[in-house]
Amino acid sequence: MLKVKNLQKTFNPGTINAKTALCGLSLTLNEGDFVTVIGGNGAGKSTLLNAIAGVWKPDYGTVEIDGIDVTKMPEHKRAKFLGRVFQDPMKGTAPDMEIAENLCIAARRGTHRHLRWGFRANERKQYRELLATLELGLENRLSSKVGLLSGGQRQAVTLLMATLRKPKLLLLDEHTAALDPKTASKVLSLTDKLVRENNLTTLMITHNMHDAIAYGNRLIMMHEGRILIDVSGEEKKNLTIPDLLQLFEKASGSEFTNDKVILSK
Amino acid sequence: MAFLNALPGAVEQGLIWGLMAIGVYISYKVLDIADLTVDGSFATGGCVCAVMIISGVPAWISVILAFIAGAASGVITGLLHTALGIPSILAGILTQLMLYSINLAVIMDGERGKTLIYGTHKTLISGRVNLPSQIESIIIMTAVIAAVIIILWLFFYTEVGLTLKSTGDNPDMSRAQGINVSLNKVIGLAVSNGIVALAGAFYAQYNSQADITYGSGAIVTGLAAIFIGLSVSLKIKPNFVVSLIGVVGGGIIYYLIFTFVVSVLGLPTDYLKLLTAAIVILFLSTPYLKGRYFTRQKPIPLNAEPTGGDADA
Repeated sequence: MLKVKNLQKTFNPGTINAKTALCGLSLTLNEGDFVTVIGGNGAGKSTLLNAIAGVWKPDYGTVEIDGIDVTKMPEHKRAKFLGRVFQDPMKGTAPDMEIAENLCIAARRGTHRHLRWGFRANERKQYRELLATLELGLENRLSSKVGLLSGGQRQAVTLLMATLRKPKLLLLDEHTAALDPKTASKVLSLTDKLVRENNLTTLMITHNMHDAIAYGNRLIMMHEGRILIDVSGEEKKNLTIPDLLQLFEKASGSEFTNDKVILSK
Repeated sequence: MAFLNALPGAVEQGLIWGLMAIGVYISYKVLDIADLTVDGSFATGGCVCAVMIISGVPAWISVILAFIAGAASGVITGLLHTALGIPSILAGILTQLMLYSINLAVIMDGERGKTLIYGTHKTLISGRVNLPSQIESIIIMTAVIAAVIIILWLFFYTEVGLTLKSTGDNPDMSRAQGINVSLNKVIGLAVSNGIVALAGAFYAQYNSQADITYGSGAIVTGLAAIFIGLSVSLKIKPNFVVSLIGVVGGGIIYYLIFTFVVSVLGLPTDYLKLLTAAIVILFLSTPYLKGRYFTRQKPIPLNAEPTGGDADA
């Protein structure tokens, strides 16, 4: 489904602030894989997701989605393959537009947009039913501006928007990190539900080791722009946090230093 | 009495500036771009329309040509910004500067910087000070504005129109949803400047001449109309059509204030731009000053029930 080959990216090359974020990273995802990505600050997790989404062009290497080389494809054209949820709850929705309008835009991702009426007949009714499945009471607020919703509600709507048109690949960039613990776990279980129901190939970055182990069928840990650990299947199911830390120390030759990751449970 | 006599003319001019403010609303409020092209494209609309009328083209075709000329200048600004990566505010200033030369070339009278429309030419509206012709002009302007608002209303509820709104509201989200943000900015700036030029075309007919200085400060006048209008219309109903009607109303109120200050209080007309800037400064600074100096006079009692807002997800 996704083939990333020898991806390299250096920010601010040739300056004192040069930072190599990806050094020859390769990754292949099979259809239906739900991969959690974990790693310290500056490990290159978000850089990897942005490279796949086409926020900028990599210095070297290729990205292939569903057999199509998208390395040179601009961000808005790649969007037809991708569903994305960002870390910042404000980033995934248009605040001054109605919930229904946001969904309406998302429902046409990757299609040619015409000069015809924005909503089809029945469309609002479908959205009302979909919103009801979130159990956040949003089904009666179709005409509310998204800016009036809480962070958690906005992430839930963004998730809905990302999956409304089934994406080839769902990219989640620490999408629960900005939420309070209770809301975060609610959004996370909604994520799991949507991924399972639609059998979505998913790449989810998380800062929470517990979640990284609990969700998905495969876990990768990144360090300094490379994939250090890649476990799946039974091995992943039986993984514990101490195991993971030990694996990390063995593979990197250094201690894992991200309090945020270790301390969160 | 002087004020009452000046009233129809003030409404007429207010409607013209209100139409222009609709154009500014699209760039400033919908696209979130402070587009300084407006100062040039307003004059361009006037120049193109006047020259066409003088050379015998029917007035309504001249007005449409003015719209097209304005839209083209918006495309230039849009391309400078999106294709060449120039910050939008500078892109607008550059186009405005280019339009100054182009406007001079259009009116073919660089010495005086203006061209006259004579009474023998048929125009859609006029600035003649007699009541029947003023009322006729007001009816025509209202019809034009109504048509523009209806077309925009329909357009912004199409699939393409919705993406134009989201482009200004959240470009990151828009790109993630497969929207070509750059293209949308160009389209939006074209529509915006087309409408501004349309207003310029009517302004030239109202004054029976086109002058290359007509556009100077137009953006500030537009913003004044928007702020005055939205301060009322947002309280009534915050939707697109009501906002646009409010913006036109803002243009009229702005001109009534101006007429009042000039005819009753006796302020020399030379100070018009100073007054306009003062209105915009007032509206731009009020929310900031309010937030800084006038927030929450009383503490909320500790045992108070939480009110308003939604429960968290």
